[in-house]
Amino acid sequence: MPETKKNMPPKQSVKNPNKTIKRLLGYIGAYKGRFAIVLVCILLSALASVASSLFIQILIDDYITPLLKVDNPVFDGLLKLVLVMIAVFAIGIVATLVYNRIMVTISQGIQKKVRDDMFSHMQTLPIKYFDTHTHGDIMSRYTNDTDTLRQMLSQSIPQMFSSIITIVTVLCSMITLNIWLTLVVLAFVAFMVFITGKISQKSGKHFVAQQKDLGSVNGYIEEIMNGQKVVKVFCHEEEVKKEFDRRNESLFENAAKANSYANILMPIMGNLGNLQYVLLAIIGGVMALNGFGAVTLGTIAAFLQLSRSFTQPIGQIAQQMNSIIMALAGAERIFDLMDEESEKDDGYVTLVNVKYDSNDNLVETDENTQMWAWKHPHSDNTVTYTKLKGEIVMDGVDFGYNSDKIVLHDVSLYAKPGQKVAFVGATGAGKTTITNLINRFYDIDDGKIRYDGININKIKKTDLRRSLGIVLQDVHLFTGTVMDNIRYGKLSASDEECIAAAKLANAHDFITRLPDGYNTVITGDGGQLSQGQCQLISIARAAVADPPVMILDEATSSIDTRTEALVQKGMDGLMYGRTVFVIAHRLSTVQNSDVIMVLELGKIIERGTHEQLISQKGKYYQLYTGAFELS
Amino acid sequence: MVKQLLKSVREYKKVSIMTPLFVIGESVMEVLIPFFMADLLDKGITDGNMNYILKMGLILCISAVISLLFGALAGKFAADASAGFAKNLRKDMFYKVQQFSFSNIDKFSTSSLVTRMTTDVTNIQNSYQMILRIAVRAPSMMIFAMIMSFTVNAQLAWIFVACIPVLAVALFIIMKTANPIFQRVFRTYDKLNNVVQENLYGIRVVKSFVREEHEDEKFKNISDIIYKLFSKAEKTLMYNAPVMQFCVYGCIIGISWFGSNLIVGGSMTTGELMSMITYTMQILMSLMMLSMVLVMITMSKASGERIAEVLSEETDIKDNDNPVYEVKNGDISFENVNFSYAKDMNKLCLKDINFEIKSGETIGIIGGTGSSKSSLVQLIPRLYNATDGRVLVGGVDVKDYDLNALRDNVAMVLQKNVLFSGTIKENLRWGCKDASDEDLIRVCKLAQADDFIQRMPDKYDTYIEQGGTNVSGGQRQRLCIARALLKKPKILILDDSTSAVDTKTDALIRKAFAEEIPDTTKIIIAQRISSVQDADKIIVMDGGKINATGTHDELLKSNKIYQEVYRSQQKGSDGNA
Repeated sequence: MPETKKNMPPKQSVKNPNKTIKRLLGYIGAYKGRFAIVLVCILLSALASVASSLFIQILIDDYITPLLKVDNPVFDGLLKLVLVMIAVFAIGIVATLVYNRIMVTISQGIQKKVRDDMFSHMQTLPIKYFDTHTHGDIMSRYTNDTDTLRQMLSQSIPQMFSSIITIVTVLCSMITLNIWLTLVVLAFVAFMVFITGKISQKSGKHFVAQQKDLGSVNGYIEEIMNGQKVVKVFCHEEEVKKEFDRRNESLFENAAKANSYANILMPIMGNLGNLQYVLLAIIGGVMALNGFGAVTLGTIAAFLQLSRSFTQPIGQIAQQMNSIIMALAGAERIFDLMDEESEKDDGYVTLVNVKYDSNDNLVETDENTQMWAWKHPHSDNTVTYTKLKGEIVMDGVDFGYNSDKIVLHDVSLYAKPGQKVAFVGATGAGKTTITNLINRFYDIDDGKIRYDGININKIKKTDLRRSLGIVLQDVHLFTGTVMDNIRYGKLSASDEECIAAAKLANAHDFITRLPDGYNTVITGDGGQLSQGQCQLISIARAAVADPPVMILDEATSSIDTRTEALVQKGMDGLMYGRTVFVIAHRLSTVQNSDVIMVLELGKIIERGTHEQLISQKGKYYQLYTGAFELS
Repeated sequence: MVKQLLKSVREYKKVSIMTPLFVIGESVMEVLIPFFMADLLDKGITDGNMNYILKMGLILCISAVISLLFGALAGKFAADASAGFAKNLRKDMFYKVQQFSFSNIDKFSTSSLVTRMTTDVTNIQNSYQMILRIAVRAPSMMIFAMIMSFTVNAQLAWIFVACIPVLAVALFIIMKTANPIFQRVFRTYDKLNNVVQENLYGIRVVKSFVREEHEDEKFKNISDIIYKLFSKAEKTLMYNAPVMQFCVYGCIIGISWFGSNLIVGGSMTTGELMSMITYTMQILMSLMMLSMVLVMITMSKASGERIAEVLSEETDIKDNDNPVYEVKNGDISFENVNFSYAKDMNKLCLKDINFEIKSGETIGIIGGTGSSKSSLVQLIPRLYNATDGRVLVGGVDVKDYDLNALRDNVAMVLQKNVLFSGTIKENLRWGCKDASDEDLIRVCKLAQADDFIQRMPDKYDTYIEQGGTNVSGGQRQRLCIARALLKKPKILILDDSTSAVDTKTDALIRKAFAEEIPDTTKIIIAQRISSVQDADKIIVMDGGKINATGTHDELLKSNKIYQEVYRSQQKGSDGNA
């Protein structure tokens, strides 16, 4: 099923900025020393850049102007000033180099740490989390969100810091020069901030609309591309073009407006700065000529220069604010995922390799004995070993995915070791749910499930799952060779073991016909293989794991009945003496089961062997004879 | 590639040309303004000439307004041009895909087509806007600032003329080193995303095989490579800032020192010194911008290539010059047909197919996974061209028909069928735009879909989610059949279209077909013997060849494959049925 929501616009609001910032500081904390050096270097670098604009002023006022008035100018003082400036600039350059370099390490390191932490944590989340979040939504945390976070760390924060330093220094210089002119500048800056705020608001509105339209267009593209063959078969090309044009046009309008507003922001800021320059010149000129506020021509000149250095960083902060808010929103989404509660595992019963010692007692061993037992530690420090047999008992199990909707009612079943148990029933009857409970993808609401007599809640989840082999209807293969994919069932399996499993699953023949045989690389969830071929590989994958209990959930639904019969024969050989749960749509798949359970609306309504159920003339009989009704 | 893409600019050509013009105007103003400012400072402030201050102030104000106007218009035009270009690119690709044949569609995967129309277009949109604005702005700024500075003081101007090649070479080396590393970073990112995606889709597999640690390790390995590569790339790129500062500071020192000598010597004013410094900044900044733009453009090159690939794809199924618009009847005949998806006679999927079907017959096709059943029927509505031989419908070669006419008369329910988001009515009307509500109900009754639709809260107005996720597999298949029936086709092909429907309903559908549309040729591909056993003729496919043809009874007597399939489905039932 394609993802429908991955193109939705990301949420832009930050619910709890303080908490998010605190956590980010926690990540930065690992680089405490280096981060302090960065701050110092940014300070030096910013001061050097402010010094450069002050330098010109001092140069003109204190050196050039006096020199103009003497007949034999001596450049000694000026030379000294230049040498001092060279030193200041050198420090500035080195500081820039140092903080940029350290910042790369810090931002990359944090990005990697956040990414790795997130993935590790994601692996521990319960299946329910994946049911309730779209893949696109989770994916965007790895892509967009970590990337905006890195950008904020490596660019926005240093720039913000350096802008603030510049603003403060320049403001101080301005105040010492003349308080009245400073007030004029501040008033004008307030006006600029007001205007930019207005424009950002407008542009923000259209950006939101643009994101929405983008989601709509992308969603439509995705839907139609997925159904493109149906479009062709129904000659529906013209209709979809029309609908596409409608959405595409709306996207264009909002995109054009949003970007227009964003684009005119800079010219407006820049030219408001120019107007401020003129305003200052006139006001300053009037003040100087009237002798008001102790303004001299030198101060005006200096002021004009400073006012330009003042407005520039303000514009930069306005720009950075946006990316900081976006990054915080992203960080919050990342932390949301990390705060999701992990799958709880209170189990303490573990699965160990055992052998019989000379007294016929089970003892734990490191050898691979192909014999397994449940190691059950008790509160009195004794340990008992129960041989793994594959007996599953469900007793009065109730379950619902949500508390308000019960999917299974009072389900009881008993699977003896070595039995083949089948579930039959309509879509939504609860067949798959039962198997999801056995491996504890979900926890039951009421009742008990026992495995070899042990309540499965006591068994460590990883050990429980290792003892169960599952083949699902929707096959998921991983990028890698066919061999890698089969070996996924048992990482230590040799090539020979994998090939033997493939033969068992009847997959060997077609695999050898692939261009590179077992070394053929599968990409994109097995895109180049047919659904049936993918199922055969996934059966081989489960077979190589060689588990004592096997669950086959519509595992052969895309395989033709003749091949299925061959696969079944192979599986029967492998699973001889082991417990197998089978869910199937085709009754022919389940006929030879030891017990067949017919499910309807979450209840087991009939149970028995094929013959028993046929003679009962109930639901199973109806399903079965449906095939012959009109013959 | 560029030429192919630019074809999509069309009605936005005007704004695309206007943008750089206004950008040039804006940069002229931006270069002039510091010149006026210097003048105001020198002649107005220094001399205390209020009139001159007011006069230059007015000129400056006007310049600022003009500059604002140019800047704002350039910004608006750039936004219009790039958003419009993106719109056209998306549209052209979408329209092109609508012309694609099945084999064109197979060549590009669905997800790659989606990426091309979404992410890649956005990349190109950003680059286009960048090219129109900054790629024009930077060089023009440089040129004008250069002209101005030479006008102000040619001697001093040589200082930064000397500086430019130094900076240019340094930036070039940095970009040249960083770029290939960035390319590798992005490729590795694709791998990382792939791991995440596979884990999301296959989380149940990961968990049931207890492979969380294995996946974690896989992820961390790739994450580690990204960390190392990305750090390396950024550590190279970060030299930009200090190198830039070095040049700027160097120029400031140089200009100040030589400038003060000139001022003291009387051949220059302090205001001119100020504007020289402003020009220095403008020129060096432009150079920096230019190098950034170049990086961005190279990065979006791959996107452009992927888009061009779709736009330049040749559709391999085209209408004949004098097409036949009328399909006489539902006769089908295959004459020595060979077929290969790769159009390669050594990799044939269908070999030497010959058969004839009379109008109104019901034909069953049965065969194992990979026996090319679907490939066979897809040749009938010409979803693919036969590689060799002829396929005739109603006595005419399918290549001679108008495609729409042919496909309207040959309705096919695909194996991988899809419903679209919209109400049931809207979905059904894909079959026939102006079908009446009675028509809809009639075909749904035929397809045994009316019952469950009537039980839904909004009946025929029930909203179907994308991909039809809110109806069961069997219901989806029945809706798809109803949709195909609405076309009132002469030939109806069901490609394993009732696999999720229970056997009883399946039988009812076939019964309805036999009674209600007896003149329509029906071809049914199925896994279940029961679905095909009452057909007039059954074709048994094996390895791309017709293994046998006959009725159920004949095949049961003589054909080994058919017997085996039959037995695999009837096991243990002989005594009870």
